[in-house]
Amino acid sequence: MPTREKLKNYILENYLFTDDQSALNDSDSFMEQGIIDSTGIMEVVFFLEEEFDIQVQDEEMIPENLDSIDNLVAFVEKRQAS
Amino acid sequence: MCGLAGVVCAGGVGPDLPQRLNKMIATLHHRGPDSTGFYHGDRAGLAHARLSIIDLEGGAQPVHNRDGSVQVVFNGEIFNYIELRQELVAQGHRFYTHSDTEVIVQLYERYGDQFVHHLNGQFAIALWDENKGKLILCRDRVGIAPLYYSEANGKLIFGSEIKSLLPELGHKPTINLNALDQLMTFWAPLSPNTLFQGIYEIPPGYMATYDLNGFKLTRYWDWQFPTHRDYQGGSDSELAEQLHELLIDATRIRLRSDVPVGAYLSGGLDSSVLVALIHHHSNARLRTFSIGFDSKSHDESDYQRLMIDQVGAEHSAITCSEQDIAENFYNTIWHTEAPILRTAPVPMRLLSGLVRSQNYKVVLTGEGSDEVLGGYDIFKEAKIRQFWARKPDSSFRPALLKKLYPYLDISPGRAQQYLKSFFGSDLDQPDLPYFSHTPRWTTTAKCKDFFSASVKSALSANPIELLEQSLPRDITQWHAFNRAQYIEAKTLMAGYLLNSQGDRMLMSNSVEGRFPFLDHRVIEFANKLPPKFKMKALNEKYLLKKSMAKYLPDEIVARHKQPYRAPDIPAFFAEQTPPYVEELLSESAIRANDLFDAKRVSLLLKKIRLGRAIGYKDNMALVGILSTQIWHKQFLG
Repeated sequence: MPTREKLKNYILENYLFTDDQSALNDSDSFMEQGIIDSTGIMEVVFFLEEEFDIQVQDEEMIPENLDSIDNLVAFVEKRQAS
Repeated sequence: MCGLAGVVCAGGVGPDLPQRLNKMIATLHHRGPDSTGFYHGDRAGLAHARLSIIDLEGGAQPVHNRDGSVQVVFNGEIFNYIELRQELVAQGHRFYTHSDTEVIVQLYERYGDQFVHHLNGQFAIALWDENKGKLILCRDRVGIAPLYYSEANGKLIFGSEIKSLLPELGHKPTINLNALDQLMTFWAPLSPNTLFQGIYEIPPGYMATYDLNGFKLTRYWDWQFPTHRDYQGGSDSELAEQLHELLIDATRIRLRSDVPVGAYLSGGLDSSVLVALIHHHSNARLRTFSIGFDSKSHDESDYQRLMIDQVGAEHSAITCSEQDIAENFYNTIWHTEAPILRTAPVPMRLLSGLVRSQNYKVVLTGEGSDEVLGGYDIFKEAKIRQFWARKPDSSFRPALLKKLYPYLDISPGRAQQYLKSFFGSDLDQPDLPYFSHTPRWTTTAKCKDFFSASVKSALSANPIELLEQSLPRDITQWHAFNRAQYIEAKTLMAGYLLNSQGDRMLMSNSVEGRFPFLDHRVIEFANKLPPKFKMKALNEKYLLKKSMAKYLPDEIVARHKQPYRAPDIPAFFAEQTPPYVEELLSESAIRANDLFDAKRVSLLLKKIRLGRAIGYKDNMALVGILSTQIWHKQFLG
């Protein structure tokens, strides 16, 4: 499954509890939409590390990397490329 | 505590009243297993289920005046009945019992509806005045003793629990969806609503009258705070001494009983204070009870042991496992009569069961201290957010939240933008009366994402707007700390802590709880204190610690407050899922009740089974949905 699809399905199923793809735009901010709380962010990092076999560094846990589908995809692809 | 129920109908209650009252009071047997009593009149009927605590021989109810024209049934205790009785005797009144109930009758004869102002206690009272054709229902100041009513077609029915009204309702009960919306915001419906359409509570601090003029609710007491910073003067040492004296007396009169009185001991500051007060200031034999948890993160038994060793109490403890919670959750909802968002009431029910098994039926307990004297993390959180709101761009100010929520230190959520997202709501409006509570309500309200489309479309009132309309007019002139205290006392404390987690769990095992920190003299004294004496910087209950530290082990005074929690999701899913959970959360059961969206619930269950649900929101959603389904089956099914 492509990275984008995998990430979007994960967020939709686990935070919005839906499989309706139109429920979230890829550029929507999770914070602004109230989708993810402080423990939710932790869950997202667990998911990234398990699913994509990457290690998320402390300084990388910022909204620029984690706060939308677009940001997550860019972050995962960048880390996989490095 | 006891149970009461009754019917008033100006057109006549009907010849079959005795049978109907029997049915009503039979539902409250757990509240009063010792005896029942009745009054059968033409226009009114009263029923009482008694838990004998004071005047074991002569205290049967109803109690009446000399000619029988005033009849009273009452649930609770009037702790100052001895002093009131002495005053009334000095004024020429003559008593035929030694009970606190008769004091109510005689006070009514002397002072009319104003009698309630003289009472120090926890009570739900139904008083029928035959000569005036008038019923009075009233409830204690803060909401310890429950009391519900419903009025339709010229008939008023009332009772200590909602289940006692149902046989007399005349139709199948239905759900009040707006109340469910409120519960999934504040943890309890906004008073006077209940989950049952057309059934209401008498709000704490209110008296209702019902006569030919109709039904009228009047507030006789409320939490009041200084409006222009005109706080009680005095040094912290002087005020600590005054608080100490008040707490001694509040505890002393709550030990009045003709049966032995025990105490809950959680290991926290408040219950330790009560145990110390009993030990040092009364001759009562110390008997304590506590609950511990299998799961280490919820367990406080080390601190309980410290206190027991210090005072030499005879102590009984039980351990609550996740399996205990799963096994007892279903029947707990029969007693709460409302959905709950945490499993925490279940262990409280097991604890009252322990008390009863040791032949005790009265315990002192520490609830109210956090609200009255400033102990909760939500007050600290609000204080930090207020501090932050003065300089919203500061990175230092929100970082103080990490002191409060240590997990933030290891969480990605510690990033500045995240802190702003999670805790920064309404930073631009720090004077909002409910500023303190918006993060909590926003988190809780995520449960409502699971509502079905039909529930969402049926909701007609914004819960927060409704709450705002009910707030005192001068609340904006109170200190922000006091505003937070008021909101907490009126929503979570009265609606949930004293009710679903308090009275209902105690009385399900015929045990009466008594709450010295909720003596109205303590509240009125504390409400006048400068907020800095409640929370000094981020040191909670500063004045209480100052006044009581000499009696307590240092470890208990110094420990960081641990919120009382019990396992939620793991109780139902860690090992075997109980059949009732599978059944009530099945897609067909969710669709049949149409309160929640079946697809969303199935995805929540999938997340739980994959072990991915670890946050507050998922825990609250699961417990809220499951308890609503149970409630529906038990009461509407």
